[in-house]
Amino acid sequence: MIELDRVSKAYGGRTVVDNLSLAVPQGAFCVLLGPSGCGKSTTLRMINRLIECDSGAIRLGGEDVRAVAPEILRRRIGYVIQSNGLFPHWRIADNIATVPRLLHWERDRIEARVDELLALLHLDPVAYRDKFPHQLSGGEQQRVGVARALAADPELLLMDEPFAAVDPITRDALQGEIARIHRETGKTILFVTHDIEEALRLATLIAILDKGKLAQLGTPLDIVENPQSDFVRDFVGAQGIGLKLLSVRKVAERMRPGEAAEGEPIVAEASLAEALGQMTERRCDRLPVVDATGRVLGSVLLADLVR
Amino acid sequence: MNIAAPALPTRAVSVPRNLVLPLLVAAAAIGAVGCGFVGLAPNRLVSGRPVMLWDAAGPGFTAGLAASGAGLLALGFTPPKRSLAYVAATIASAMLVIALAGAGHAAALLSAGAPPAARVSLGAGFWIVLGCAALAVIDALQRSEAAVAGQLIAAALIGGAFIALAKAGTFDALSLAHEYATRREVFAASVGRHIVLVAASVGPALLIGVPLGLAAQRSKRFEAPLFAVLNLLQTVPSIALFGLLIVPLSALAKAAPGLAALGIGGVGPAPAIIALVLYALLPVARNTLAGIGGVPANTIDAARGMGLTKRQLFWQIEVPLALPVLIAGLRIVTVQAIGLAVVAALIGAGGLGSFVFDGLGQYATDLVLLGALTAILLAFAADFLLRLLAATLSRRYAP
Repeated sequence: MIELDRVSKAYGGRTVVDNLSLAVPQGAFCVLLGPSGCGKSTTLRMINRLIECDSGAIRLGGEDVRAVAPEILRRRIGYVIQSNGLFPHWRIADNIATVPRLLHWERDRIEARVDELLALLHLDPVAYRDKFPHQLSGGEQQRVGVARALAADPELLLMDEPFAAVDPITRDALQGEIARIHRETGKTILFVTHDIEEALRLATLIAILDKGKLAQLGTPLDIVENPQSDFVRDFVGAQGIGLKLLSVRKVAERMRPGEAAEGEPIVAEASLAEALGQMTERRCDRLPVVDATGRVLGSVLLADLVR
Repeated sequence: MNIAAPALPTRAVSVPRNLVLPLLVAAAAIGAVGCGFVGLAPNRLVSGRPVMLWDAAGPGFTAGLAASGAGLLALGFTPPKRSLAYVAATIASAMLVIALAGAGHAAALLSAGAPPAARVSLGAGFWIVLGCAALAVIDALQRSEAAVAGQLIAAALIGGAFIALAKAGTFDALSLAHEYATRREVFAASVGRHIVLVAASVGPALLIGVPLGLAAQRSKRFEAPLFAVLNLLQTVPSIALFGLLIVPLSALAKAAPGLAALGIGGVGPAPAIIALVLYALLPVARNTLAGIGGVPANTIDAARGMGLTKRQLFWQIEVPLALPVLIAGLRIVTVQAIGLAVVAALIGAGGLGSFVFDGLGQYATDLVLLGALTAILLAFAADFLLRLLAATLSRRYAP
């Protein structure tokens, strides 16, 4: 889907992105992770050509991003930034309709799409359509930012630390939303963050960057279990690595199929950390496991978590 | 168990909720009691003897002013409510109109028994009362949070009352009206000339100043020298600048007779307009820079990331967001140009300044006032209209 081929970028002799190659498959939720100044934002902004790379090539669906004018390219790519960047003088509906309007959609189609997206982001279309950005809370503004990025049904969504500026509770809710949207739409998402917890929760693929180079590429489990360098080990966090392992492994992996248990069930897709949390909360050592439809699959025991 | 709320101690002395109204009423009262409401002079060239409000305008107008003052004073002690602010605006407007009518009435009474050459001019007491009433109107309108329409209606009502009084001949006996009457033919032309001078300088100033401001916003290297030059221009006194322009322009007119035929020469409107344009460049360029530069970086980043072209970014995002600051700049230069254009009469540019300088030459204070007051009213009107424009435009600017 996205292919970075030996891409470099320097500012005044300082190399920010250094000969970086990276391939992100269709439908992946790829998180670019690293400390500030590692080049992750620059990498993201080179994909929609807000920054032009010095050397190398970036291909989107096999086509070089420089094959079309940057404006045309950007209208095909959703873009969400940290401080939402909503246009303060436009109503919420106008903000969401930005790209469809640039693409000269029919008026009726735009209106229908705006309402559909507001509903997708759990904002009541009737209540929010005609409001202005300053009338919304930070979390609601960021939801509108996501809706605006999705408006023209782009093939790819670029998100530059989108939830860094909101409070932890709102961030947790927004992370849940974007995970759900990824599941439901199957869009390819490239997401920049410096927050390891956020990366482990959301990513299907994590690319850790260090000084403009790719330090490691792998699934969240890979990254936690097999850090390939001291940098990655330090960044993922030597402390609390066990808890991080629990948070990237699913209940389904440790479940005892067919065994029954009492009490509130947990879904098989939940992490082992969530299972541990529920056991601690209810003072029990056994939880029934169900699938997404509520069908009982088996149970999971406290001892299984540390197996 | 219920705990009874302790009774709050009641205040023996009530403190005004709105300090502005009592202060204005006090100032107006001191002005009305301590200074002459009008002045009576044997002719237009000497200064007059002050005549107090009750002697000049009679008990009716004195009582009217006192009643409206008492009303405003009482309103200063009422809780802040929008409906009461409207009442205050109405009373203050009434006070303003009563002061105007009272001055006209006083002039009619005093000149009735005086020789024909005698003149009745407006005194310090009148100006203080009028000024306080006008400030009370503005204060009340602000407190009422009146929308654009409300302010427009208030201005139209007061202006309408003034015109109705003038048409009815209320002011005819005032010295100011005598000066107006003797120059009735040239007055409208002078106002028109003044407006043309201002428009002919503000228009080009925008056409030159806005691109300069945009260029400064895009290039830091250009910004410093540009503003060094514009600041220098701003420090040159207006009369000096008019004088400086006489030499090159008369040389130009001599070298190119075609230009002279167009009215371009060392004196007249050409140097005046050039000077006004030069003075207007700094505020226009500075507000353009501040307005466009004040658009948040993340908004621009998002707009570019959405795929807006440079032109779309400029017209759909940067200009609307900078508009309040841009219009503020336009307001500054318009008001500034209306004032400076008065001075331009010295180099033969015409306009309201010709009354001012004629009046100065003849020691006729009321002729000076005729030009100066009209210029002030023009500046107020321009400021008011541009404020309305800014408020209307910035309230909603949807795509």
